Amino acid sequence: MAVSNSRPEPTAEDIKTYYRDMLLIRRFEEKAGQLYGMGLIGGFCHLYIGQEAVVTGIQAVQEPQDTVVTAYRDHGHMLACGMDAKGVMAELTGRSTGYSRGKGGSMHMFSREKKFFGGHGIVGASASIGTGLGFAHKYNEDGGVAVAYMGDGASNQGQFYECLNMAALWKLPVLYVIENNKYGMGTSQERHAAGQLYKRGDGYGVPGEQVDGMDVFAVREAARQAFDYIRSGKGPYLLEMSTYRYRGHSMSDPAKYRSKEEVQKEKEERDPIERLKALLPAYKISDDDLKAIDKDIKQIVNEAAEFAMESPEPHVDELWTDVLIPVKE
Amino acid sequence: MSVNILMPALSPTMTEGTLSKWVKKEGDAVKAGDVIAEIETDKATMEVEAVDEGVIGKLLVAEGAENVAVNTPIAVLLEDGESAADVNIAPVSGGSASKGATSDDAAPMAACSLPRAEPKGDVGGSALYSGSAGGFVEGQRIENREILVAQGHILPPPVFDETGFAATVETMTVREALRNAMAEEMRRDEAIYLMGEEVAEYNGAYKVSQGLLDEFGAKRVIDTPITEHGFAGLAVGSAFQGLKPIVEFMTMNFAMQAIDHIINSAAKTLYMAGGQLGCPIVFRGPNGAASRVGAQHSQCYASWYAHVPGLKVVAPWSAADAKGLMKAAIRDPNPVVILENEIMYGQSFECPTDEDFVIPIGRAKIEREGKDVTLVAFSIMVGKALEAAKKLEEDGIDAEVINLRSIRPLDTYTLLQSLKKTNRMVTIEEGWAFSGIGAEIAALMMAHGFDDLDAPIERVHSADVPLPYAANLEALALPQVDEIVHKAKKVCYAA
Repeated sequence: MAVSNSRPEPTAEDIKTYYRDMLLIRRFEEKAGQLYGMGLIGGFCHLYIGQEAVVTGIQAVQEPQDTVVTAYRDHGHMLACGMDAKGVMAELTGRSTGYSRGKGGSMHMFSREKKFFGGHGIVGASASIGTGLGFAHKYNEDGGVAVAYMGDGASNQGQFYECLNMAALWKLPVLYVIENNKYGMGTSQERHAAGQLYKRGDGYGVPGEQVDGMDVFAVREAARQAFDYIRSGKGPYLLEMSTYRYRGHSMSDPAKYRSKEEVQKEKEERDPIERLKALLPAYKISDDDLKAIDKDIKQIVNEAAEFAMESPEPHVDELWTDVLIPVKE
Repeated sequence: MSVNILMPALSPTMTEGTLSKWVKKEGDAVKAGDVIAEIETDKATMEVEAVDEGVIGKLLVAEGAENVAVNTPIAVLLEDGESAADVNIAPVSGGSASKGATSDDAAPMAACSLPRAEPKGDVGGSALYSGSAGGFVEGQRIENREILVAQGHILPPPVFDETGFAATVETMTVREALRNAMAEEMRRDEAIYLMGEEVAEYNGAYKVSQGLLDEFGAKRVIDTPITEHGFAGLAVGSAFQGLKPIVEFMTMNFAMQAIDHIINSAAKTLYMAGGQLGCPIVFRGPNGAASRVGAQHSQCYASWYAHVPGLKVVAPWSAADAKGLMKAAIRDPNPVVILENEIMYGQSFECPTDEDFVIPIGRAKIEREGKDVTLVAFSIMVGKALEAAKKLEEDGIDAEVINLRSIRPLDTYTLLQSLKKTNRMVTIEEGWAFSGIGAEIAALMMAHGFDDLDAPIERVHSADVPLPYAANLEALALPQVDEIVHKAKKVCYAA
């Protein structure tokens, strides 16, 4: 295991920022779970609770020109990219004000403005699309890096290796992030993956590192070093984030494949938000400071839920739009 | 303020459940994430977690209660300082879960901006073909054509004056026409690049990309490893960022490894993104049977791709088709599949040299005018249909031959106009019959041209077997001129 040792000291401002970013994701997801329970969100809904430190730490050291793509557990990534909670929640409820006008749903949202390229429901697709985003960064010489997130389950898809090969051959600026939450749906890592995931790039000469994905500062520093490597023109880099999802694979997953004790232990010992809170006294951050943030987040999430419930469903004409871009005759 | 905790829906299909166990009791403090109850759904036993912080004021549903409807209040959560006595425990109707009103004017997005590549469609309903194409006349420019076609309207094809390009032509092979089209477009637009197996240093497995590496360099003409799924997905990702990839598959048979990205990533994303994220990409390569290469290298994929909304599919026959359709595909802001044909690559035709010779996608060409029977074909089968028409002429039957050029969108209008004239139709394709292009055309003609039909439509197609290797069996399996002649006579009741 190659965990980074040299980490710049966090500042009080960092702690407050990441606390806020992670809490926004957690509270948003809890609210999404609640709206799902009320029947306001349909279909599949994959919550990111427990994994907040991964996107928060990586986003913290991205450059504005960088692009992001992920799979279907994507709400956290959208919020981290700066997409508006209202637009995300309204898409979850299938309303006209959602990021995809209600036509994409939980797994399919995009924001060209925020450089978030989805939101893909096919496991493994984000590896290839992310490699293509990296290809475009290099083609356009814009200095950007593509961050391609995938789960531990997706890391077994063949297209991931096809893309590691091309990205390494052509030295594409791509950061592959395997969010290893230990289960590909209900199949544990022990049962689905031979060997270590962070070594999966070895055959292609793509360096890999295993990182404590429940520690936002460990994530940030690993990502910083990976970005430095990639931006120096050396090609892609792979980070395996050791993390954990508290909820089931989707809302309808009773998660019988793991014990309550295991979940409880992760929550008690590794929770990314609680670990950040433990740093507060040393940085002289008061409970009142946090309470102000909590209140703020609660308001953002409640407003997002209100917006998502009050917005109208898409106009019936929207059934037909956006299949093809019209061509001028 | 107190909050009602409602019976949650824990799966997309759950409408009611059994409250099998209360984990918390009245008076217990809970924080977000605490398990408060267990519920048996239609699928499994699930835990219900608290979303808000507070104290359980009252349990409204007894442990063991069955058939508790989703959204029934099951408990009351008190906030700091409240007591159960303060709270009015009237059950809350499911009204809080009712959907927002559908409005004719969607509220403007207050939260985020959604730039879209096109205007909103405002057409509803679907009109049957009446011969006047729903009020549209030939030569008229039509807005929202894509939407109208999707809704089942039969529209005159896009305007195109092909004769205007006949003044300056050059004889060239289909291969050269394809290459010239790519080169001309790559000179116009730096965002276009060509990617595929053997396209660069080898000059193309079938020499279609001959010379392109020399002219455009390795940045824009890229040899890939043999890795179709990966490079198709990579190209799609780059197109999302605004590049315009031309993805060559050594044959369309190999594109089956990549079809997930062609359909799930390229064709569907614009819709799933509410119009924000287009995918300007061309997927191309030889399609259908070559010669004696067996079942795995010989399939026609026309009906596979034509099935999918969000894709356009074209199939050139002549050099002019190849050049004009390739240029249209590259300039199109949507994903386009070009089904080429290996046997046609080496055949020569006169081809317009004008750089603006761009054939509109969705417009068929009448290759031979006739009055007795309409032969509808695409790709290599256009040549066979023309040969059949010659033979039919000897027997006094005057066949009209339509070269579809585009499979999706299909120029149904031109087919119906021809049927109105000939009252008889034979479709010809290299693919299998089941769910094939001929089946679709027959259905459309029946629906919109029933009164014009004097005989059931006949279909010429490959035998319903994987393509055999042996020369005699291969010839038996593939559509031949004699069979076209036979079926044309049959619909003319002259057989």
